[in-house]
Amino acid sequence: MRVPSPVRPQPISCIERPQIKFTDVTLTLGGKTIVESINLGVKPGEFLCIIGASGCGKTTVLRLAAGLYQPSRGAVTFDDKPMLAPRRDIAIVFQDYGKALLPWRTAAGNISLALETMGVAYSQRTPRIDELLHKVGLPGHSGKYPAEMSGGMQQRLQIARCLAQEPKALLMDEPFGALDAMTRQGLQDEVLSLVAASRATVIFVTHDLEEAIYLGDRVIGLLPHPGRIGIELK
Amino acid sequence: MIPERIKAFLLPISAVVALELWARAVDLQSDSLAPPSAIAAALAAAFKDGSILTATRDTLISAFAGLSIGSAIGLALGIALGIFHIFDRLMEVTIEAIRPIPSIALLPIALIALGFGYRMEIVIVAFACIWPILILSRAAVGGIEPRLIEVSRALRLSPVDRVRKIIIPAALPRIFLAFRLAAGIALIVAVTVEIAINPIGLGAAIMTAQQALRPDLMLAYLLWIGIVGYLLNTGLVVAQRHLFGRAALVGDAA
Repeated sequence: MRVPSPVRPQPISCIERPQIKFTDVTLTLGGKTIVESINLGVKPGEFLCIIGASGCGKTTVLRLAAGLYQPSRGAVTFDDKPMLAPRRDIAIVFQDYGKALLPWRTAAGNISLALETMGVAYSQRTPRIDELLHKVGLPGHSGKYPAEMSGGMQQRLQIARCLAQEPKALLMDEPFGALDAMTRQGLQDEVLSLVAASRATVIFVTHDLEEAIYLGDRVIGLLPHPGRIGIELK
Repeated sequence: MIPERIKAFLLPISAVVALELWARAVDLQSDSLAPPSAIAAALAAAFKDGSILTATRDTLISAFAGLSIGSAIGLALGIALGIFHIFDRLMEVTIEAIRPIPSIALLPIALIALGFGYRMEIVIVAFACIWPILILSRAAVGGIEPRLIEVSRALRLSPVDRVRKIIIPAALPRIFLAFRLAAGIALIVAVTVEIAINPIGLGAAIMTAQQALRPDLMLAYLLWIGIVGYLLNTGLVVAQRHLFGRAALVGDAA
């Protein structure tokens, strides 16, 4: 097993208030309970990994945190405010990068989408795009379309688009699940450095225990049918 | 070795040569058929006196105007129906009741209301073009990758930006296909209206040639309509490649 990069700062304090907080959260969709009684707090700057088998509700928890789903019972808060809708300072990295990128826009155009929504002036976008592409290891690829890039490059691009949002929290849904082992390992280290530099809070969903232990400050295991917290490793 | 591009022309060229040989062998005298050489001569003569160009202009003005109006209405409605499901349910019965009406069946009403000329033809072409554009653009919007909609939600795009930056570009390749389909329909309907009643354009020219017992000229116009349709579609395919560029070639858009 690899040793985590030493550059990652640990959470500042154990008594700090959680930035993302789930209080007795249950979600029922179409009469079926997907997750039940989730109580969870993620401190600012913490890297939380959620593991579990397929269909156990990992992605649902992430979507609840993103404000893409609303709980049927309980509450999700971010900085003590209820998450009633998605926020621009919470970025989400989807697993299926090929579907989450805009195929008609170049790499630069995809990052620009986030900058446009952030209200960044046109003249400031190009240097910011170049900086972000450099940051994720894609310098010189600004003119390429997603379909002209490998899976790893597309996922880097999606991460760059998320970083363009200057997020307080980064939610990652099995971001390396579809990548080969070599690419995955390289990207894991890069994500650690990028997150350390941005000081964002991270919820990282994976089904790979080794990946979870390597990346996370804390690991939570979900049990299926319905999804609920089973184990917690620090 | 015969180049691939030439192969596609082998069959029509052989058919034309065979038809010419047969017409000469039997010394063809007909009110409905003419040897290819006579058709070519009639076509050349129609070009020389400018009559075919005038007729083409008239037909294309009606076809393009009708296509533009029909596409604008069909696209606006199709996108709205694709986005707002309540609107879709509200309009479902109305649309399904109006859609099956053949556009040509509107001829008597349109003639009374608008008289002969461009306006009547344009209205009928527009009516015919609305439906393929509406149905296909509604399906194109409904078929947009749900992940892209989630991305737009996660980025908190405004409703206008969501339509402008995500929905229209994502649906555009399929909408353009609908436009190509509607362009073909526009030409067919324009010529049909001219054949049926409107005394302008290529359709009326065919009828005049028929009544003058000139099968060579009639077939020359028929051939020319096929060429115009082919050029129209080729032009739109080129425009599609140019508009969507590499994104269209590498994606599923083509």
